[in-house]
Amino acid sequence: MGNYNDKVVRQFAVMTVVWGVVGMLVGVLIAAQLYWPALNFNVPWLSFGRLRPLHTNAVIFAFGGSALFATSLYTVQRTCHVRLLSDRLASFVFWGWQLIIVAAAISLPLGYTQGKEYAELEWPIDIAIAIVWVAYAVLFFGTIVKRTVKHIYVANWFYGAYIITITLLHVVNNLAIPAGGMKSYSVYSGSVDAMVQWWYGHNAVGFFLTTAFLGMMYYFVPKQAGRPIYSYRLSIVHFWALIAVYMWAGPHHLMYTALPDWAQSLGMVFSLILLAPSWGGAINGILTLSGVWYKLRTDPILKFLIVSLSFYMMSTFEGPMMSIKTVNSLSHYTDWTIGHVHSGALGWVAMISIGSIYAMLPRLLNLPQMYSVKLIDTHFWMHTIGVVVYIVAMWIAGVMQGLMWRATDPDNGTLVYSFVEALNATKPYYLFRLGGGLIVLGGMFVMAWNVFKTYQLAASAVTAQPVLPPDVADARA
Amino acid sequence: MVAGLITAVLLVLFVTGWIWIWLPRHKAALDEAARMPLEDEGNKTP
Repeated sequence: MGNYNDKVVRQFAVMTVVWGVVGMLVGVLIAAQLYWPALNFNVPWLSFGRLRPLHTNAVIFAFGGSALFATSLYTVQRTCHVRLLSDRLASFVFWGWQLIIVAAAISLPLGYTQGKEYAELEWPIDIAIAIVWVAYAVLFFGTIVKRTVKHIYVANWFYGAYIITITLLHVVNNLAIPAGGMKSYSVYSGSVDAMVQWWYGHNAVGFFLTTAFLGMMYYFVPKQAGRPIYSYRLSIVHFWALIAVYMWAGPHHLMYTALPDWAQSLGMVFSLILLAPSWGGAINGILTLSGVWYKLRTDPILKFLIVSLSFYMMSTFEGPMMSIKTVNSLSHYTDWTIGHVHSGALGWVAMISIGSIYAMLPRLLNLPQMYSVKLIDTHFWMHTIGVVVYIVAMWIAGVMQGLMWRATDPDNGTLVYSFVEALNATKPYYLFRLGGGLIVLGGMFVMAWNVFKTYQLAASAVTAQPVLPPDVADARA
Repeated sequence: MVAGLITAVLLVLFVTGWIWIWLPRHKAALDEAARMPLEDEGNKTP
């Protein structure tokens, strides 16, 4: 029968916390720079333009990515009743991904960039990503192929769709002609380049930051609630609806640009349709608590998971709304977008990841629970309050910016406010945003401490867990 | 024309899949599948 390969899961779980702290620390630094510009110390590699991509890459691909590697490799083994395809391949994926993160953390501050948002890394690193990603795909799908149960659990479908789509998006968007060791030119140009970039960019949101984390939701919410998912049928319809629609929403990043008008409208319509599968999936997760709502009172892990779904519903309502052209004409290029992205990233993605890691780690270490459940609760409240402060500050700042930028004098048609007046009005909200970010970062330090203490408790308790028999009926007998 | 037809076929496929998965005869198997995360720790779960 053998055991599960939990070593790679533990490695990725720990690195989730480490990269979470690092990525959010850089976020807090650049938030402080927007309030106190002198904090770049006139050092090029500390400048906002170089640290901002470091922040986004670190939180999305290092923090979020590690959480996805950890939970997908955990889930696929547990629901397929089989050990990972290959231990060597698992190690290769772990060390390869960490190496890529380090390469990003060095090359971005040095100023090497392709200038594509969320795809800044230069071509040698892009090739390394493609190789590690294909290895991950072989590891994941190879494990599914050798499963000993017939059914492929729905969480694996979501993880599988994410792995396939990211391969496609990454390769197509990064096609470039190298012009030196760390310099390249995209094969696309003009508005085609913009469209390819935002086809990639929005699907990085749709498949990396949504579909994959829904896989996490479909495993860890039922697990933590102790009840099967509210409707398994809905989860299957949810899967096909979501993956069919997401691909076409990218043009909403390019409203009122050189992109053809019909493409902009198409992007808007598909973004509006997306509300249905998004809310269908979120409601499926939340209603899983039917009959056990009382658990929310005592289980802070469940609070993380369910509040993450509330933020998911909020941001998937806000997103389609912002894609409506008339709304977009107000919101685009303002801090409202930054608020929206953080309600998704800190509210949905980070909270479901943190909840899942808290749920998974004790199981990996053969402990009944984390070192301190109370500290999980402390983290929950710090994170929630921090996120709310952050997004409220950015909503107010963003709507105000939009209104000030578009205000015209009806008598002579001139602008009422200069740009710097709008910037000046925004400044206090940048301080609130920094405060919110600091509280969230503080919560991550609480988590790091809790994980460290849990590891100390477990120092002698780690033993490999046996693989389940092929059929669950045997397991119950 | 071709793009429109493909879109129509995909839409019909989606709705058919929706109806298919809701057929009563799939209920028992799907209910069992939904329990997979709860029963993957052997005798640890109640």
